[in-house]
Amino acid sequence: MTQKLFSARGKRPVDEFHRELGKLMWEWCGMSRNATGLKKALSAIPQLRDDFWKDVRVPGSADNFNPEIEKAGRVADFLELAELIARDALNREESCGGHFRDEHQTEEGEAKRNDERFAYVAAWEFKGAAQPPALHQEPLTFEHVKPSQRSYK
Amino acid sequence: MNFKLRVWRQHDSEEKGKFVEYQATNITADMSFLEMMDLVNLGLVRKGEDPIAFDHDCREGICGTCGMFINGRAHGPLKGVATCQLYMRSFTDGETITLEPWRAKAFPVIKDLVVDRSAFDRIMQAGGYVSVDTGGVPDANSIPIPKADAEAAMDAAACIGCGACVAACKNSSAMLFVSAKVSHLALLPQGQTERKERVRRMVARMDAEGFGNCSNTYACEAECPKEISVVNIARLNREFLRAIVA
Repeated sequence: MTQKLFSARGKRPVDEFHRELGKLMWEWCGMSRNATGLKKALSAIPQLRDDFWKDVRVPGSADNFNPEIEKAGRVADFLELAELIARDALNREESCGGHFRDEHQTEEGEAKRNDERFAYVAAWEFKGAAQPPALHQEPLTFEHVKPSQRSYK
Repeated sequence: MNFKLRVWRQHDSEEKGKFVEYQATNITADMSFLEMMDLVNLGLVRKGEDPIAFDHDCREGICGTCGMFINGRAHGPLKGVATCQLYMRSFTDGETITLEPWRAKAFPVIKDLVVDRSAFDRIMQAGGYVSVDTGGVPDANSIPIPKADAEAAMDAAACIGCGACVAACKNSSAMLFVSAKVSHLALLPQGQTERKERVRRMVARMDAEGFGNCSNTYACEAECPKEISVVNIARLNREFLRAIVA
């Protein structure tokens, strides 16, 4: 990993990629998101990740204390995780809690749940960089309470 | 705003360091000191130079990770403020700012402005804990503690372990830090079990790490970002005496 980061020998500092990724996520996968935006994110993030590995500049060396390596390693992780977050957000055809899908709202603009399809806990399995990840689900069953539309009225 | 930075650069603990000058340009008054450093580093990386290593983490004054000597003062010119909460409006446009690491035998330089403060961790491991089971959150209310004791303990517990006290002290003494940790626990009922053993072990570890002794100049209190009082050092001395004679 460290050797791979150094071997890019590119021009752009790690911070630039971090900020660009942050802007993408804020814009397309923020508190309010929709399928069009999420698809934009899903095409932009892999592009940014490719650029990162081609053009990142990690200064110094690995033989002494070098915070830039740590930062680069984290941003490399973020570039994978961000795509997964966007993928999961696109998959989730409902609004739930703070994750608001514009397409799924009540007439009053409140979050519209879909508990028939989305009452589960899930984990995505990494299937290799070239393959889409696989979704594993475990159903949530509620015996004593029933999830319902939030209302402060 | 523009500044000239005179920064201590040191490749590792073996190398002899030196000051190197850098320009910090297009800085706004509302940038934090560390944001200014980030910008300078971004410029250095773009030019293919090695960025300045400095410690930082929470950037909200509670973690104790940041800290450097700024114009000859630990954490810079303000009172009761850690480096991360210092803003560029505290400096004048065009000023030369000198940056150095904490300088103490017990804090070897790792790189540039980053020093190894694991000596503090080893002092904590020697006694900065309680071994009694204090129960869950509701149990806290079952042990009444006089308000004055709780206040004094919490004031001591405000120490974030940044090491500014050591850096400010001409003897490189860690007594403000150790006294804050000893006081915090000695003042509370939960800390009584190991009260004597704790102070003996923490002081022994402090000495073994190569920190100096206190000669009451109060430089530590003046520079402490959490304004820990030297009253704690007096309490440490009493606790220590109590532990070795009684």
